Amino acid sequence: MNTNRNIWTIMKKELSRFFGDRRIVISTILLPGLLIYIMYSFMGNALAKNYGTDEDAPFHIAAVALPATIEVLLPDEAFTVERINREEVEAGKEAVRAHDLDALIVFPANFDAAVALMGMADSTPQVEIYYNASDSESLSAYAALTELLDGYEASLANVFDVNAPGTDYNLASDRDATGFVFSSMLPMLLMIFLFSGCMSVAPEAIAGEKERGTLATILVTPTRRGELAIGKILAVSIVALLSAASSTAGTLLSLPKLMGGVDESMSAAYYTAGDYAALAAVIFSTALLLVALISVISAYAKTIKEAQTTVSALMVVVMIIAVTSMFGSGAKTQLAYYCIPLYNSVQMMVGIFSFASLPAAFGVTVAVNLVLAALAAYALTRMFSSERVMFRR
Amino acid sequence: MNAVLTVTGLTKRFHLSARQQRLEGTRSREKIAVNDLSFEVDRGEIFGLLGPNGAGKTTTLRMLATLIRPDAGDARIDGASIVTQPEAVRAKIGFLTSELKLEEFFTPRYLYDFFAALHHVEPAVCAARREAIFARFGIHEFAETKVSNLSTGMKQKASLAISLVHDPDIVIFDEPTNGLDVLTARTVTDYLQELRAQGKTIIVSTHIFSLVEKVCDRVGVIVDGRMTACGPLAEVCAGKSLEDRFFDLYAEAVGGTA
Ligand SMILES: Nc1ncnc2c1ncn2[C@@H]1O[C@H](COP(=O)(O)OP(=O)(O)O)[C@@H](O)[C@H]1O
Ligand SMILES: [Mg+2]
Repeated sequence: MNTNRNIWTIMKKELSRFFGDRRIVISTILLPGLLIYIMYSFMGNALAKNYGTDEDAPFHIAAVALPATIEVLLPDEAFTVERINREEVEAGKEAVRAHDLDALIVFPANFDAAVALMGMADSTPQVEIYYNASDSESLSAYAALTELLDGYEASLANVFDVNAPGTDYNLASDRDATGFVFSSMLPMLLMIFLFSGCMSVAPEAIAGEKERGTLATILVTPTRRGELAIGKILAVSIVALLSAASSTAGTLLSLPKLMGGVDESMSAAYYTAGDYAALAAVIFSTALLLVALISVISAYAKTIKEAQTTVSALMVVVMIIAVTSMFGSGAKTQLAYYCIPLYNSVQMMVGIFSFASLPAAFGVTVAVNLVLAALAAYALTRMFSSERVMFRR
Repeated sequence: MNAVLTVTGLTKRFHLSARQQRLEGTRSREKIAVNDLSFEVDRGEIFGLLGPNGAGKTTTLRMLATLIRPDAGDARIDGASIVTQPEAVRAKIGFLTSELKLEEFFTPRYLYDFFAALHHVEPAVCAARREAIFARFGIHEFAETKVSNLSTGMKQKASLAISLVHDPDIVIFDEPTNGLDVLTARTVTDYLQELRAQGKTIIVSTHIFSLVEKVCDRVGVIVDGRMTACGPLAEVCAGKSLEDRFFDLYAEAVGGTA
């Protein structure tokens, strides 16, 4: 009863500290999400500009001796064709070089006739397409023209067809596509966001207070060390979770821009309330564990600088663990993997996002996280009582 | 005798790192900061712990406040052992030292209420006490100003007020006037006497002779972790000024002339 009251008093103070300081709120909660949103959206737009083509505007090409058979294959909405004479080829090339034209296509004079002979003539007709590889629009025009001519060539000798147009041969369901994309991206990002969230608040809340001598002021009250440890860990976890939530929101909101049209089939609605609850439990238990670990490191450090340096080393480990989610197909099924802290959280998130999570693995993961967090909290309690740690010279 | 604090054989050793050995100019791996210290403090008196820098005053008071554990010996504060009942001890004492700081971000008023909550002081009682002590030290004006914007003197007054949120019967002050301007120092020494008048027991450490002469009923002279003299002020001084007497004791303790 008194214990809960003391923990709550400590938590309230910690939370007032965070939320009372506009600079901290902006830098740990608002900025991460906003920056990620702006960065990803900007990257998405830039990618679309560089590699995607301006879908509305047709390619502007010049053609010499455009045969009727090919002309019908060039739809007006995709190509604006300018007919030029053979004497103007050099001028046409110059225009491609200067980015004024997307491509220049030169047919031999007798193209249709030569094609009709089906290779029985002395020489195969040579079509030339000039393009400018430093211009993405030109590259796309080149690719489109090549594909079109190849298709035409193949149709002349139509022996068999692959995948008739108008049918969707991709058998992956939208749900599978969602699972694939989410499970290969989000576990890694969530883990990293969670760690950065913890890292931005825990060293300050523990090492900072110790360094400034304000922690000792609390140590002379009748409050138990364990209450202080738990109050700090809970308060810091809340802020860390908010910070991670902000980064995650930034990512999810910018996802459509980052991935172009790919996302149309994807929807977070494929996940059930149970999936979200499991995800929340995994994330929350992971946050507690990370905060407890970083708190122990921070309590040991003499200064906030020293704490941050050591925590950065831990960050590398967490990054490596997070990246493992990108490899391998789906989540591990052997329960033993779920006894490895942090790795278990990553695997569990992969499982949840790919609709393949095992209830037993979930239980083991959350239990392992909570038990280790409790052990770390106990270690923190011991450190708060230890003069070697608190009054080290 | 009506001893409210009984210290018996209190001892504290520190392990010295290589760097500390160099700083202290010693080859010894260990520093005995407090060496078999015994003394008693009576209810309602001001007891002065007098000693030069490094004598072991802060270490002794930190042990009494249960911030660090003694290697040997014990102390009983109003019956509670500092070794086995640290939480009970902390509930009975108010502890003030310049090394314990107030969080710069908060206001004196917020911190007063926060520490009162940690001491489980009823909100109504807390409010009344806060009114009284803020008025006594002129903190009202600064009650809503962040600690970071307070002057050193004002910070010390706020710390003093906050160390007394639970109205403890025993107060322990480590060098309470260090680094203060004369006016604030005066406010603090006056307040020590006021606390005594309220029936509180006060233990104060200092290296300032005049402070002891002015306010202390009894004094313990501590040199190199050992108690060299302890008793009523007049008895310890033995007809000399406290300063002269201190240097005699110091010379005896370190085995040479000061
Ligand atoms: N944490 C510590 N580690 C090592 N030595 C210490 C520590 N704290 C105090 N000391 C040493 O113990 C001795 C007594 O220190 P202290 O109690 O602070 O003296 P005072 O308060 O009387 O000036 C000094 O020599 C000091 O260097
Ligand atoms: Mg001292």
